[in-house]
Amino acid sequence: MKAVAMPTVSRVAVCGGTHGNELAGVYLVRERLKRRADGTEPVSVVTVMSNPRAVQLCVRYVETDLNRCFTRATLSAPVSETSPYEMIRSQELNALLGPKGSAQAVDLLCDLHNTTANTGLCLITYSDCDWICLHICKHLQREMASTPVRYVHFDIPLNEAYSLDSVGKHGFAMEIGPQPHSVVRSVIFSAMQEGVQLMMDWICQFNSGTLFEGGWVDVYTMVKNIDYPRDSETHVITAAVHPNLQDRDFCLLHPGDPMFLSFSGETLRYKGKEALYPFFINEGAYYEKGIALSLARKRRVEIPSVLVNKH
Amino acid sequence: MSCHTSPYVSKGLLCLVQFHSVRLLGGKQLEEGVKQHYFCIEKIKMALVFLPALARMAVCGGTHGNELSGVYVVQEMERQWKEKGECAWPIPVTTVLSNPRAVKECRRYIEKDMNRCFNRATLSSPITDSSPYEVLRAHELNNLLGPKGSTDAIDLICDLHNTTANMGLTLIHYTTSDWVTLHICKYLQTKLTKVPVRVLVLDVPISDAYSLESVSKHGFSIEVGPQPHGVVRADIYTIMKEAVDLTIDWIHKFSSGMVFEGGDVEAFRFIKSVDYPRDPETRTLTAAIHPQLQDRDFCLLKRGDPLFLSFSGETVKYEEEEPLHPFFINEAAYYEKEIAFHLGKKMMLTIPSVQVQKD
Repeated sequence: MKAVAMPTVSRVAVCGGTHGNELAGVYLVRERLKRRADGTEPVSVVTVMSNPRAVQLCVRYVETDLNRCFTRATLSAPVSETSPYEMIRSQELNALLGPKGSAQAVDLLCDLHNTTANTGLCLITYSDCDWICLHICKHLQREMASTPVRYVHFDIPLNEAYSLDSVGKHGFAMEIGPQPHSVVRSVIFSAMQEGVQLMMDWICQFNSGTLFEGGWVDVYTMVKNIDYPRDSETHVITAAVHPNLQDRDFCLLHPGDPMFLSFSGETLRYKGKEALYPFFINEGAYYEKGIALSLARKRRVEIPSVLVNKH
Repeated sequence: MSCHTSPYVSKGLLCLVQFHSVRLLGGKQLEEGVKQHYFCIEKIKMALVFLPALARMAVCGGTHGNELSGVYVVQEMERQWKEKGECAWPIPVTTVLSNPRAVKECRRYIEKDMNRCFNRATLSSPITDSSPYEVLRAHELNNLLGPKGSTDAIDLICDLHNTTANMGLTLIHYTTSDWVTLHICKYLQTKLTKVPVRVLVLDVPISDAYSLESVSKHGFSIEVGPQPHGVVRADIYTIMKEAVDLTIDWIHKFSSGMVFEGGDVEAFRFIKSVDYPRDPETRTLTAAIHPQLQDRDFCLLKRGDPLFLSFSGETVKYEEEEPLHPFFINEAAYYEKEIAFHLGKKMMLTIPSVQVQKD
């Protein structure tokens, strides 16, 4: 592939506390705000606590999930005093860091998240051909020795993309697990800090004219979600993720493999025809969304060399 | 060598005791009126104590609505009861979903931590329209399973909890002198081999005891971790279910006349709590549990060992002289209670052999 020239990544946003109980991002944002820059950095970075009310209460959200409020429809809907807090906040963030889809939007938005699932570090985006995001992923994979780093892709068009990271011209959620919600684990905090620092290093090097060689990145594209088995009347769950599947995010799941273990001891198996890669296995916040795990297809994506276009 | 007070001795139920050596607690100031109850028995293992039968037990889950193993153990037990009635278990068992509103919302509590509402003060103050939901519910549960301290109280409450700390299976109790509870602990320790089983005693007088299991005559909490709140893990659920089944099993065997041999039970006594380093103005945390302490519940913490790693990279160390054992390390629900971990002292409790008292 030919080298691709891309515009400078001059404005970056680092957002934490989009979910108020995902604490590594909350404390990282607090640290960054404490050590505010003296203005001599090569990249302009804005650090934002996305959902301050939820952070204060240490809950995922106050009225509605903020990270589902960034579709075009929600961003352009009229708001009043009675609108949900998070809807008002999403429009504020869109004004600050966007507007989504416009030339004024930040060049890169990195949104910090934690999960109870054993995902390691994932960069989650809506594109499988955003060379900036893919190169940042490759850089983290090279430099982070003790943390697995993966690229997860949700194939959703920009208008319907619902999360905060879709506001930037380039963007991703930096998701790190496993960590219980409302808990900060030191190694998870350090991994997130390292991930953000490496991202900033890459951007600085890119902006200074470094050529980043192309290559290959494994991309996991979301195919479908699987819900828990539930009682048909009460809708309560009747099984937990099977011990053979628990904590085995990104390990290939074959038809017939155990998926759930009912509370009365029966094993339920994966009935799909295609072997797929499970992730977000047993994420606490997804019980109410009807998701026990997500399934993805993996494929190798070739990425070109990239170089900054200073014009 | 263990030194403890025994209510059974004072009630004259101690049937056969071989005193190999008896010593008064010389050199210690004893409280007025308590002297005759304190003595050391070095060979208490030879004693056989007859204890009253246990007629009924309660299994309580969802005392904290987001600690899900207990919620689903109770759900499964209710399903078994619907299917088999009283034959579901070899002894009478009452199952209770302690805090249904909190369970529905998958929160620890709605207005107030219910597992702090069972002290005498809260249970005896009158209910008003403005009483917190959990206080109302505590009164209801006290009527259902108590009243606390009375002869009508249920014999045993087994209250099910989860923690984000790496505590394996921990049995938590108020006193060091309840031999029923300690025998159940010993039984679980011998039967459960896949997970560490430890005993934690809080050493609090019963009237000050604030948690649900203090309502019953004998009671303990089964705490299993690590599990995130709002999540149910199959492996953790299985451990908890097995612990409940073994508790029922012990009571059944005990009621049938089996002699349970005495012996030593290793336990940890709560000494104090340690908070996180905090910003003096905002009170937000400035450090997390150090990676070398994280997940090392019940290890021995010595002077100079790392406790916290600040978000800016500094290590805070344990400065005390006395080595102690930390537990509830990084429990999510304790951030607001200003507890990073508890510290405890390891001790050996000696319990006599026991058998059910035949009328």
